[in-house]
Amino acid sequence: MVAVRYETAFKLYPYEKVPAQAGTVVRHPVVIIGGGPVGLSLALDLGQRGTPALVLDDHEGAGLGSKAICFAKRTLDIATRLGAGQRMVDKGVVWNVGRVFHGDGKVFEFNLLPEGGHRNPAFINLQQPYFEKFFFDAIAAEQAKGAPIEMRGRNQVTSVTQHDDYVTVEVDTPDGPYTLEADYLIACDGARSATRDMLGLSFDGRVFEDNFLIADVKMKADFPTERWFWFEPPFEGSGQSALLHKQPDDIWRIDFQLGWDIDREKEMQPERIRARVDEMLSSQTGTIPEYELEWTSIYTFQCRRMETFRHGLVLFAGDSAHQVSPFGARGANSGVQDSDNLGWKLDLVLKGLAGEALLDSYATEREFGADENILNSSRATDFMTPKTEISHVFRNAVLEMAARHPFARPLVNSGRLSMPCTYDGFSLFGEDALSGPERSRPGAACVDAPAGNGFLLDQLTGDFTLLALGGEAPDPVTAHGIATQVVHIADISPELAERYLGDTDQAVYLIRPDQHVVARWPSFDADAVARDIATAIGKDAA
Amino acid sequence: MTLNLDPNIPDPDGFYQELLGAHEGLSKEDSDAFNARLILTLANHIGDRDVLRAALWAAK
Repeated sequence: MVAVRYETAFKLYPYEKVPAQAGTVVRHPVVIIGGGPVGLSLALDLGQRGTPALVLDDHEGAGLGSKAICFAKRTLDIATRLGAGQRMVDKGVVWNVGRVFHGDGKVFEFNLLPEGGHRNPAFINLQQPYFEKFFFDAIAAEQAKGAPIEMRGRNQVTSVTQHDDYVTVEVDTPDGPYTLEADYLIACDGARSATRDMLGLSFDGRVFEDNFLIADVKMKADFPTERWFWFEPPFEGSGQSALLHKQPDDIWRIDFQLGWDIDREKEMQPERIRARVDEMLSSQTGTIPEYELEWTSIYTFQCRRMETFRHGLVLFAGDSAHQVSPFGARGANSGVQDSDNLGWKLDLVLKGLAGEALLDSYATEREFGADENILNSSRATDFMTPKTEISHVFRNAVLEMAARHPFARPLVNSGRLSMPCTYDGFSLFGEDALSGPERSRPGAACVDAPAGNGFLLDQLTGDFTLLALGGEAPDPVTAHGIATQVVHIADISPELAERYLGDTDQAVYLIRPDQHVVARWPSFDADAVARDIATAIGKDAA
Repeated sequence: MTLNLDPNIPDPDGFYQELLGAHEGLSKEDSDAFNARLILTLANHIGDRDVLRAALWAAK
């Protein structure tokens, strides 16, 4: 039997018995465990490339509760490439203003004033179940067009055995167990990854001794669409910090930092939660607006990662591989970047165009990304929860001075927004022969800019791309079985020039399928491009 | 020269971590003494009495 661990918000892939449960064992190129944001985005990416992906999930849809709520631009850019971005942005709440309070007083207010010239906003708030539904719908649309993606609900993996060139997977279902095989198994089964346990792999890091209470409340309030964050809030029972943030459907996320020694059961009692929420809301309006408790949860967190994300034919992505504190929205956002990094690499390896070393690069690149996220998230947590008397003294000194002096404001840290990492110095990146802007150097994720009637990223559709700005349109280059698509932009917007040309008036960029820059040159040289295609797929240029 | 009260430290989060890292493992007494030595060192580097006086005011 497959135990039900949680209620679902949307039933997306109800259990259906498939012939493979009775017949001979079937081998699949890619089996993905877990139908969360990471598993779904990976399946969609692979399916669009024509590489079959089978997703096994022990439930039948998106779990109840808002969970991840903040999706950053990079995630939206990836979702847009995969065909789910517009619905996320349409449904999501876009916000720019944040207020930081310390006790009774406002410390300062910031407006993120997002840079213009991007298709997607800097970030949106959206409940995770919507993310999953929109990605699932995009998968269903691809399936209708013949994409080889299969979802199996209430299929719980109970054992994983690696052989030299395949993996055996035992699966339990409401109709009993069956066996399948995979060329590659991708564990996207979350922070408590059962796959990780089955393989006896460790997951080490730092435990933060704190409990956070989440209360998602439904109310029609006139609060502005802003992020309000309190250090040492003045309202009773709120703990060390508190957060108020808007989501779609009149839902507000409220977070209270409760400390370490608490009675979890007691703190989860609705009347106790309501007393806290009442205090917070009435501190702003003088009255208590009518509201319902939509979802509540108490969580603790750790900052940790697996030593390596690749174990032979089993690869880990998302929270199963790395876990961070929620401040700064680096959980789901970094997980989607994992799948974005892994999708094209798995595809090339399975098509025989690249060797296994390309999969090692998934691990090293994303381990680097995870370290950056863990660093940022640990710093935010240390600022929010000072561990020693002296760090508390400094923290409050920063907050006091930030109210009066601008210099202290960059030191106030209630979470730094997730940005994609730049793979400086990694082996799959090539030549930087252009004295171009720093932000679009090899290793960086392409930043969006207006191009023609649309945006640059609309044209980076998931193949290797030769992007020519100004000059003549280059011929497509085919090397090592990889054919580049050519995007030539003659009419260059000021934003495009600033972000990709700097002081020069023309450039040629080689861009990976995941929209990271491989190499760039002042002019087109077919041999140089061929050489760096080899670099990008981990082949010697010979 | 006037006292600069605008952001002036590259990688502020990294600096803050390093600052608190320097206090790690110190008793409160030792931390206070460390802070005093740090202030004197920085004051000497600044040198300018008008700037130092302005800083004394800014921090009050």
